[in-house]
Parts: sequence; C-alpha cells; structure tokens
Amino acid sequence: MMLIHCPYCDEKRPEIEFAYAGEAHIARPDAAEQQEMSDAQWSEFLFIRDNKRGEHCERWWHANGCNMFFNAVRNTVTDKFVKTYKMGQKRPSASQISKWNEGGNV
Amino acid sequence: MSEFRRPGRGLVDYDSPVKFSFDGKTYDGFEGDTVASALLASGVHLMGRSFKYHRPRGPVGAGSEEPNALITVTRGKGRMTPNLRATTMEIYAGKETASQNRYPGLGFDAGAFNNVFSAFFPAGFYNKTFMWPKSFWDKVYEPFIRKMAGLGPAPTEVDPDNYGSVYATCDVLIVGSGPAGLAAALAASKKDQDVILVDENPQLGGSLISSPEVTIDGLSAADWRAKTLKTLEKSGNVRLMPRTTAIGYYHDNFVALAERHTDHLPMVEPGRIRETLHRIRAGEVILAQGAIERPLVFDGNDRPGVMLASAAQTYLNIYGVAVGKELVVFTSHDSAYNAAFELAGANVRIASIIDARREVHAHLIEEAERRGIDVHIGMVVSGTKGKKRISEVEIYESVHNDRKRIKCDALLMCGGWTPSLHLWSHSKGSIKWDSQTGVYLPDKANENCVCIGASNGDFGVKAALDAGSKAGGGRKTYKTEEPDFGVGEVFDHLPSYKKSSKTKAFVDFQNDVTDKDIKLAVREGFHSIEHVKRYTTNGMATDQGKTSNLNALEIASKALGKDAPQVGLTTFRPPYTPTTFGALCGYRTDDLFEVTRKTAIDPWAEGQGAVFEPVGVWRRAWYFPQDGEDMHAAVARECKVTRDSLGIFDASTLGKIEVVGPDASKFMNLMYTNPWSKLGVGACRYGLMLGENGYIYDDGVVGRIAEDRFHVTTTTGGAPRVYRHMEDYLQTEFPELDVWLTSTTEQWSVIALNGPNARKLIAPFVEGIDLSPEAFPHMAVREGSIFGIPTRLFRVSFSGELGFEINIPSHFGLAVWKALFEAGQEYNITPYGTETMHVLRAEKGFIIVGQDTDGTVTPQDAGMNWIVSKKKKDFVGKRSLQRSDLVAEGRKQLIGLLTDDPKVVLEEGAQIVADPNQPIPMDMLGHVTSSYWSESLGKSVAMALVKDGFNLMGQTLHIPMAGGVVHKATVVKPVFYDPNGERLNVL
Repeated sequence: MMLIHCPYCDEKRPEIEFAYAGEAHIARPDAAEQQEMSDAQWSEFLFIRDNKRGEHCERWWHANGCNMFFNAVRNTVTDKFVKTYKMGQKRPSASQISKWNEGGNV
Repeated sequence: MSEFRRPGRGLVDYDSPVKFSFDGKTYDGFEGDTVASALLASGVHLMGRSFKYHRPRGPVGAGSEEPNALITVTRGKGRMTPNLRATTMEIYAGKETASQNRYPGLGFDAGAFNNVFSAFFPAGFYNKTFMWPKSFWDKVYEPFIRKMAGLGPAPTEVDPDNYGSVYATCDVLIVGSGPAGLAAALAASKKDQDVILVDENPQLGGSLISSPEVTIDGLSAADWRAKTLKTLEKSGNVRLMPRTTAIGYYHDNFVALAERHTDHLPMVEPGRIRETLHRIRAGEVILAQGAIERPLVFDGNDRPGVMLASAAQTYLNIYGVAVGKELVVFTSHDSAYNAAFELAGANVRIASIIDARREVHAHLIEEAERRGIDVHIGMVVSGTKGKKRISEVEIYESVHNDRKRIKCDALLMCGGWTPSLHLWSHSKGSIKWDSQTGVYLPDKANENCVCIGASNGDFGVKAALDAGSKAGGGRKTYKTEEPDFGVGEVFDHLPSYKKSSKTKAFVDFQNDVTDKDIKLAVREGFHSIEHVKRYTTNGMATDQGKTSNLNALEIASKALGKDAPQVGLTTFRPPYTPTTFGALCGYRTDDLFEVTRKTAIDPWAEGQGAVFEPVGVWRRAWYFPQDGEDMHAAVARECKVTRDSLGIFDASTLGKIEVVGPDASKFMNLMYTNPWSKLGVGACRYGLMLGENGYIYDDGVVGRIAEDRFHVTTTTGGAPRVYRHMEDYLQTEFPELDVWLTSTTEQWSVIALNGPNARKLIAPFVEGIDLSPEAFPHMAVREGSIFGIPTRLFRVSFSGELGFEINIPSHFGLAVWKALFEAGQEYNITPYGTETMHVLRAEKGFIIVGQDTDGTVTPQDAGMNWIVSKKKKDFVGKRSLQRSDLVAEGRKQLIGLLTDDPKVVLEEGAQIVADPNQPIPMDMLGHVTSSYWSESLGKSVAMALVKDGFNLMGQTLHIPMAGGVVHKATVVKPVFYDPNGERLNVL
C-alpha cells in the first residue's frame, strides 16, 4: 500500500484514503469554446487520454481525508509518486520533473 | 528407537514421544518433528501422488519450498486444511494427517494409469484435447479432470477459528533468521531502533542449526546461535517472530507477515487466535531469505527417496533423522560433498558420489576417498528404480558409454543454489544475471531495502554474518571456521543414452512438468518465458516454482538458442507461501465482512417482519408480509391501501447534499440540465444531472431552502458518486464559485407519506406550516416542526398520490415514525417497502436511474427533453447532447409496454424483437427495463428501451422467452395511471 503526500494536508497518508481521478491538466472548454468545437474535437476532449509509460500527470482525490482534489506526477512503471501539487498549479515541465526525480520526491 | 534416528542430533525432544496418524495409521515421532521428518524416521518416503500422472512421490525438500509432500491436516470439525507441506507441519499427539490425490489408496492408485499413458498428456494437453465437442466440457471433461488431476479436497464447512489483524510500524524489519539475519538484528539492536525479526520456521537460526562443523568467534554455531538469541531477547527493542512468514512486500516498505499461533499445538483453548496477519510499515527492510538448492533434471528424478542434499542435512541436524541407510549423492556443486561427509559422520553409508562435472577440487575427492566413498567424476544418473522408494540408480558416462548400477535407498541431488529473490522482486527491485554461477542476483533496490547473505549470492557463514552486521548498521567482522562452500557448474542438459520418448525427467514436480514439456512449448512457438510458464504450467503450482523456475529457464534458453537473461525470468508474486483466507480476512467475517448501512427506522421494520433487500450498501425493507402472504400478495395490498388511503415509506436512504453559498444557484445551473435561478425560496424542482458525455447520471428533487441554500436529493445508490461529481467540478472547473457542499444523507431521516389521507394524518401534529393546498402546493418545501421536532417538510410525490416527505434529524426518525404509525391507524396506515414504491412509480412512468437508464441514455432517449434548458449557455453535458450520434434517428428510446395478455408480467431484462419467426440470432430491438403487476390497474405494466421506440407507438412487439413461449405487447406512452396528475390535488 502506497503512501501518498497530500499537498493540502502536507502529510503522507495511506493509499486507502485516496481515490484516483484520471489524467490531469485537461481543462474543460468554456461555453463559447464548446460551441466552436467540432464533434471530433469534443470527442477528443471527452474520451481520448494518454496511456503513458513513465511519468504521468494525474488527479487524485483525498476522499477519506481533507476532501481535496490535487495533481500528481506518478511513474506508471515503478508506481512511484514523483511529486504531488495543488490544483491550479501549472503542468510541470519535463526538466522540472527530472529535477524532482534527482532531488528525491515528496 | 527407529534405525533411522540419530539420537543426540537435532532439536527434537527425545523425552517427549508423540503419536500421530497418517492415512489412518499411527506413527511415532518426537516433539519438534514435522510430519515429514517423523515419517522418514519410520522409513516412509512415499507421501503423495503427483498432480497429473499420479506418480508416487516423497519429500524433495525439508522446508516451505517442498513441491511433493502435500497433505491434508484435520484438527476437528470444520478445521480441515488441504495442501499443507508435510515438511513444515509440526506434529503433536493425535494429529490427523492424510495424503492427497490418490484413489483408493496411496500405495495402489487407480489414477496412475495416467502415468502409463503419459505420452498422450503433453504440455497444452488440456487446451488441445478437450476442445471438442463443446457440450462435453461441463458433463464429461471438467468433472473428469477435476477428479483425476488435483490437490486436496476443499473444505466444505465454515471455518470456526479466529484470526487476528494487526497494523504496526518498525524501524528495521529483518526477514530470515539465518546468520545474516541474526547478525543484522544484533547490530540493529545496539542502535536505539525498533526491530522485528521474522522467520517462517519454528526455530530461529536458519542454516546455523544444521551447521555442526561451523564455529563463530570461537563458539560452535549452535552455541553462538543460542547466545545471540538470548541477547536479542534481552535487548528490549527486538521482536522475534518465529512461525511467521513474510508473504508479500508492497509499496513503501509495507510488508505483510502471516503469523501462525496454534496449528502446532495439540490442545487449543476455544477462542484463541489461530493466525494473525501483521501489516508492517518498516523504515528499512533487510532481506536475508537465503537460497534454495536446485534439483537436477534426469530420468526418474521424482522417485520417492530422491531429495535435495541440503534437505537430508536438515533432517539429520534438526530432526536427528537419517533419510536412508545407503545413500548415493548426485551433484554438480561442491556443497553436496559437505552434506555427504556430514551424513557419513552420522553413520550413514554413502555408497557413491556421482559428479556431473569433469573437474572437481582434489581435496574433495581425497576427503571422500579417506572416508571410503566412491567418487564418479563426469558421470550422471541416467535412471532410477524402485516402487514406493528408490532401490537402485543407474549411472552413465557419455564418452565411453559406461553404465553401472548402484543399490541405494535414497538419492541426494544438488544442482547448485538459487538465491531467494521473492520478496526483493515483490518490491520491484531489479535483478541481474550472474553467468558464472547461473543465477539471478539482486541489482538495484526500489525501496529502502537491502538483500544480504545467500539471497544476495554471498554464500558461506562469514560472508553472511559480515553482511548482516553491515546491514544492521554495525561494523563487526566475524571469525569463523567453516567448510568452504565451494563452487558449482550449471547444466542446461544432462547427457543420457535413452530415447527421450522413454524418459521422464521432472522440472516442476508439483505440476508434473518435464523437460520434454518445456522443449515442446518452445517448438510450438512459445518464446517468452512467461508464455512457456503458462503453457506448460511450470512454476504455477502452490510452491510457485521455488525449486523449478531456474531449471525451466535453462532448458527453455537452450531450446531457444539464447542466453538466459534474454529469455527473462517469470514474475514473483505474493504470497511467498500459500496463506489461509482466514488470515487475509482477519476479524472481518460474518457481520463484519461487509458493512451494512441501516436507517434509524430499520429496527422497526425488522420488528414488523419486513423482508429486506440490499440497495447499494444499504439494506432496505422490500415488503411487509402479513399472515403468511407471499411477495405478490403483500405488494398488491400495500399498493392498494396506499392509493386508497395512506402508505408510509422509509425514504431515509435517499442521498442528500446541502449546496450552500452566494453562488449556489449558479453552481446548480451548471450541474443540472434545468434552470434554478428563478426557483423561489420554498419551491421544489425535479433535477436531472448528466455526465459530461450527455448521458443521464442521476436525478432527484431539489428544494430551495433559502436564496443561498439548496436541499438536493440524489438516488440511494448514486449519493457518493454525485457528491464526488459535484466536488470535482466545484474544485477543479468552477473554483471561482463561492459554494460549499456537505453530504447530509445521514443527518436526515425521511418518512414518505403517500395517499389521499396523507395531509389529514399530519395536520394535527405540524406546527409553523400552513398545510392548505393554496399555501403549500405540490412541489414545495417548508420548515416547521412535527411533534415538536424541527422538520423540513416536502410536498412531493413519487407515487402520483398526494405525498409528503418529512425530513427530521436522524435520531428522531424512529420516534416520529412510530408516532405517525400510531396516529395513522384510523386511516389504515400501511407500511410499504421498495417493491411497492417501484410499482407505484412505474404506474406513473417515473424512471429509476440505473434501472430504466444504463449510462447510454440521453434525456431525449428517456422522453425528457422538457427538462433540458435551451436557454442556459452551459451545463455539464450540454455540448455532448449536440453530438451527431446523440441526435441521430433510431436510438433506443424509453417507451411503455402493455402485454396482450394482461396477466403476463414480462421479465425485466427480456429481449424484444419485431418478428419472432426470424432465424436465430434474432435482430434485437431492445429490452424490458421495468415490469410489474399493477393491482390498481388490474394488469401488468412495463417500460422498455426500444430502438426507434417513439415511432412504434401502437405497434405490436414480441418478447420470445426461453422454452419457446413468445409474449406479445403493444407500445404505449410510459404513463399508465392518472396521466393528468389529478390525484395530487386531493383536498
């Protein structure tokens, strides 16, 4: 059972407190954008997700904890969390992720 | 005493004789013996029959790696455990054990004809042979396979034992108590750290117990072990856990330990815990699991009496048992010489040592000769003889085609050593191939973990002790005297003069996989070791290939013409050894197996003899039978009284979410299809929620309590996901909205009153609310009190009758219910359950999300376009409703069905066709989603999702059933009762 760092509680807590919530950084288009999108573009937004081998940005929910959704970089091969960060923070760049990897994760 | 005993040797208590039974016969042993050691001491090697060929088998090992000697142990009623390793089962007085997979008996087994016809049972045999005809599978093939091939019988009674469950942490967890583990514990105990040391065996010490020739710092291995254990016991910070198996190593140093408390005891007081599963979060893990000796693969290597050389050493040194009187040793590694010398020193005659290698250290040969042991260098065992036990080996030299026979009653084999990487691999530590020794070794750790001693390829006592000290944070170097562990050679093939069709050389003893099976798999195109494993089942038995995986890899690599690391290694998976379901469940059995949510009113329903049904995690009253009524009669009565007078229903399980804040109505506008801004305070509205994909997600009535406060209800089963859905959008897509969400499902008891007398019943008890139809119309909510208890009173109806839903704080729920029930007697108030609720709503055509919809139904498909706002710019799901495939013609649509024979109640889920005479498979138009007998209408009613249903109004469709019956039904609008809603307005 993994330990996951909740960026809001600022604590490592057991995995059973959390729920996975899909890929991160997929912003919902606003009303005007929605109307401009073709069906194909909208389907892309709805259904198409990365199936990444390696570092993946994804959402987690501290369901049985502080109730907050947050983002995480997790390596899908090793299952290691590289970093968790608050909702609203930008998607980390590849160089940022490798820096985190070197510095040991939180 | 038996001629096979060597008194003075071993840890058994020679003053405490123990009698136990095996296959109904009584045997003698001593306290400290295992079933295997005591049987061997009685001269018995035959302990089981093999899985596929029913060949006679004896123990190959002396510990948890044992593939052959599987037995069933009975400890009284309900306490029968199959497939236990005789080599790890400690005996006690009266223990009942039995062999497995034989009929009628172990000595003569009818199933052994499989062995005679084994040429017809190669790898993949089941896949190839039992494919045709298909209809034979259930009745002929499967029962046959189950009877003939298999392990022990599964228990049929409820397990009466208790099991424990513990969560704990420690600084250092050490797995394995051999020299490496003990030295690590000793070093760690000197630093102020919490240490746990576990070992699967009853005695701590590992190989030190069977190393009489070894001295450590001037003490004999036995004395050093005793002294070290005493030191650790006194240290106060080291917890010693024998009989405890580290079964799995999970993320972030989370290790599961299965501790066995009572199975070795003759008398267990009732209530004692049998096993405990410890879930340990360790700061650091030190793996000192040792190594497992590898068998050699030659014709007849599975005959009882053929065993690992180290196993014979263990039987001698731990149990004081000689495994035979006249032994032959067959080896490709130096370590077997030490075993031979040790046994010779205990008055066991070693007839010969057969060494497959062409070059062997001179000192080993000299020592053998000094002891009068013949050594045959460059020779192999090419066959064995003997029925219930080996009686003779044939040895062979390939260059000169020399053959010779040697009499013996046991054959010890040693094909080298395989470091135990099981837990290391569970932790996802990487491994590397060591071509010199032909083994995989640990490489890079993935957790805070080290692998030391023999499991790291560091063989020998000193190497293990020093590595242990270092791993435990110490710097001690030990002085030892010990025989050189030596080196070996790995053979991917042993020479033989025999035709391969005439030989049977086993790789996986437990699953009866031979070298030929593995070669066949490669010939048939299985080139990945993972595929070879699954096709041959090598390594897939209960021992998970502890003795067979590396041999299988060597054979497969040679057949593929590749190096072993290119072929890979199969994945190790938890548990390390078979673990009882009891240990995994812990105390979570019976009522604690799964939590059942009950409402505050549930005890009353139980007292009334209600029949319950599970709804999500809740249990709900299904119907309330009276005087032996069946469900049909009870529901008919409940429906009738509700429509005629008054019914009372526990709706507490409805999900409830309080949506609060200045932006509450903006948020509601985004989450639901219909508009909320203009909903007045005190008014209610039915809300429909979509997923972003445009399909119906949930529904429920929402009341506006204040400008900034909505009381939202959800379906019973949907409450958690609706709450999550709302939180997700609020936090991640609409964070600018000032809104707070609170799940209030458990805060409110909800009592639904339905029927023309509903208002009359509550009128005398309600304060602060004007109940007149003008002041309190349908779809309104008011705050006041009932029986002096504060209430949110909804005037809503899920039945079509005049209805109220009384929300009161949960702890008053039962009291208010009872008071209403008592006062309602004058109206013949009738409690009803979920079945009647369903009938009443279906008569009105109200949908149940998840029953009449299935995650592919849009509001339009459900005939609910009226609830989708055309004016709102945005709500979740809006854009998807414009997708071309969701607005296409001919989608499945929700319609009503009336059967031609009004007495026929269609089966929910039944398929619907236009023409019942078309050939099978028929073109299916859709299926029945809801179907009930309507007592009020005197006929059955049904709803269905049917392709292009809206355009089929008035047409006849067919519902063919199993057995050839075909029902006819007419498509109608799905509103069957009081279509104009006049009954809501009763005064």
